[in-house]
Amino acid sequence: MTSQHQQYQELSREEQVLARIEKARARKAKLKEERITLSHGSGGKATQTLIEAVFLEAFANPLLAPLEDGAVLEAHGGRLAFTTDSYVVSPLFFPGGDIGDLAVNGTVNDLAVSGARPLWLSAGFILEEGFPVADLERIVASMAAAAERAGVQVVTGDTKVVQRGKADGCYVNTAGVGIIEREGELGVALARPGDAVIVSGPIGDHGITVMLARGELEIESDVTSDTAPLNGLVERLLDACPGVRGLRDATRGGVATICNEVARAAGVAVVVDEEAVPVSRDVRGACELLGIDPLYVACEGRLVAVVDGDQVDAALGALRSHPLGEGAAVIGRVRDDPPGLVLLKTSFGGTRIVDLLVGDPLPRIC
Amino acid sequence: MRFVDEFRDAEKAQALAAQIAALCEPGRQYKFMEVCGGHTHTIYKHGLEDYLPESITLVHGPGCPVCVIPMGRVDDAIFIARQPDVIMTSFGDMMRVPGSNGAFFDANAQDADIRMVYSPLDSLKIARQNPDKRVVFMAIGFETTAPSSAMTVLRAKAEGLENFSIFCNHVTIIPAIKAILDSPDLRLDGFIGPGHVSTVIGCRPYEFIARDYGKPLVCAGFEPLDLLQSIYMLMLQLAEGRSEVENQYTRVVPWDGNLKALQVINEVMELRPYFEWRGLGFISHSALRVREGYAAFDAERQFLVPGVRVADPKACQCGEVLKGVLKPWECKVFGTACTPETPIGTCMVSPEGACAAYYNFGRFTRERVKEATRT
Amino acid sequence: MCLGIPGEIVEFMDDRPDLAKVDVSGVKRAINIGLLEDEKLEPGDWVLIHVGFALSKIDEDEAKAALDFLEGIGQAYADELAALADSRIE
Repeated sequence: MTSQHQQYQELSREEQVLARIEKARARKAKLKEERITLSHGSGGKATQTLIEAVFLEAFANPLLAPLEDGAVLEAHGGRLAFTTDSYVVSPLFFPGGDIGDLAVNGTVNDLAVSGARPLWLSAGFILEEGFPVADLERIVASMAAAAERAGVQVVTGDTKVVQRGKADGCYVNTAGVGIIEREGELGVALARPGDAVIVSGPIGDHGITVMLARGELEIESDVTSDTAPLNGLVERLLDACPGVRGLRDATRGGVATICNEVARAAGVAVVVDEEAVPVSRDVRGACELLGIDPLYVACEGRLVAVVDGDQVDAALGALRSHPLGEGAAVIGRVRDDPPGLVLLKTSFGGTRIVDLLVGDPLPRIC
Repeated sequence: MRFVDEFRDAEKAQALAAQIAALCEPGRQYKFMEVCGGHTHTIYKHGLEDYLPESITLVHGPGCPVCVIPMGRVDDAIFIARQPDVIMTSFGDMMRVPGSNGAFFDANAQDADIRMVYSPLDSLKIARQNPDKRVVFMAIGFETTAPSSAMTVLRAKAEGLENFSIFCNHVTIIPAIKAILDSPDLRLDGFIGPGHVSTVIGCRPYEFIARDYGKPLVCAGFEPLDLLQSIYMLMLQLAEGRSEVENQYTRVVPWDGNLKALQVINEVMELRPYFEWRGLGFISHSALRVREGYAAFDAERQFLVPGVRVADPKACQCGEVLKGVLKPWECKVFGTACTPETPIGTCMVSPEGACAAYYNFGRFTRERVKEATRT
Repeated sequence: MCLGIPGEIVEFMDDRPDLAKVDVSGVKRAINIGLLEDEKLEPGDWVLIHVGFALSKIDEDEAKAALDFLEGIGQAYADELAALADSRIE
């Protein structure tokens, strides 16, 4: 018997099953569906499988492989970050913002968390026949204001119109380019044991706002979307704290999805402290009512930072000094074992896993 | 959050855990079944087992109304959804339950219009807003949810709606518990009794369990302290040689149940002579259907559903998991062929299913994570 | 599916006696109170909400009794721990 086989025999039966399951999970996922379902757009497991099986397969190249929020490109002796996003949120207008705000802020944020200074955006519109021009003007005005606030310019665009019944009013696609002026790498794959996981403020505001704004649930609340440009906040953090390993924009799939991405990319365990995760009272109430876990609910103006454990105070100080980071908190720590898993220490004092969701409790949030 | 946070207090949990441990006889093993899927979910979600001594095992029961729906009924629902001008409405839990040709989600990807709702009243609203469509509500759940479906039918009748019906898949809890009690494979010391079902049926229906089978039963709330206290009450009964039905969830569950809710169920629905439960086979008088007098609101009468019986996939061991004979990880396909992403059975796809709870929340061994979660 | 959440009744609807508005941690929704018509509900009462219906009125006395019991156990435990810490055998 090899020593590995001996070790396996010694493990309890349950451990053996779990080991077998981890092996199965590590295998490349196969796309079994023949048709796209809503799950594929949720940002969770189904989305990942689709990306790996279809897009990575076809486009395979080392620049795409890291699958961070933006691609980092080398050109003319410098580095650029390049990102793209599409916005299909329903409804188009909601408390705290509209699809235009999301489009600009979302792309600015993807560039910012790649370590870049966001500069130039494109904006492509797919409009439904019959869509009111007044609504389009509202959306575009939001985009202009958001661009000004973030210090970026929309420099190119496109417009298409499709027949009544398609495009649900208005879909927006944006791409963005930024310049990376800082030295060093950013990536969640660089996380190591002892690091801290920090979130810049209360989670779940955006997803719940949009869900309630749909009007189907007839729930009244004061919750508003947290959509905001985070480039200023990121600058402040990176200036004050050289020990930032990686940054992510917490959107679809929420903070839970990002923690899982950290655990997988770096081969570490992420242990989250439920008590420490900031959630506003209203968001918590709505989540309890609907049976949804706030850890999975989308934000649109929050970042998650993996930071050297010795520099937590500097990081928190920098974030909290900025209006968008007042609620910043350490929500978890990175450990070496069990690798690839996210654990939660519940407020009750027990332990459980936080896995990627397959589907999405709240479709079409962004 | 009032009536919630106080029952999640970690300090009180430690105290209760100490009391429970003190009641354990040395060398004796204890097995309690929590009947409700909601309880299974709470246990895993809050990591309750961290507070229990090694000698107490919790066995997961069949009280998950999504888990017990046979594939044939899912196929029937999709058949209805595919009829012209039909909008099918359903709780989110059903959307990914596999039928023979995929789940509701997959049907939507083809040509069906199946929408998620939070309440059957939302379904009624859709019916009002779409007079040219036939709106059907997939009615699932135990006695907890049946009154809501019944009230909705009564409301539809009062409003004179002609385009609304329910596809009734409500099941009753007592026959499921009886099937467990009569199963030769299981030796249980007691039951953690249903919480919200008992709000409707009260605590009396469980008395036969204590009286005829000699097993204590404690109706439990859904917060982790409720469950821990219920386990304490069960241990106390065993230590004192008692076998009774007790109510831990007194703030919500009235001993006599909710008479109005029972009346409303009885007005609109009646017991089917028999119904097939996934994994448990045919059980007589275990499910509800719409009465003749409300035929206009009965989807089974409004649409000619195929009603084909579909056998579970050979690899599926949901039945044994539902009966508590197998732990989720003991099922041959758990976590490999059957995952939340590619579910073979209902236990893996329902949010209250034991396999889903274990896979999503409990898939680790305590020793290994002790190190990681030590602060 | 077993999901039942406590909510506080904040107002009734004049035109619909079977509905009431409840508050769940700051979030409000109208729910059907038809199953509790014998209870004579009032604003400030707490009910258990399940899929848009109130299933039961929460008995605040029982809730307090339950918490008192837990408090008692907690106190006994704390006392024992304190006694253990204080006692010395050497």
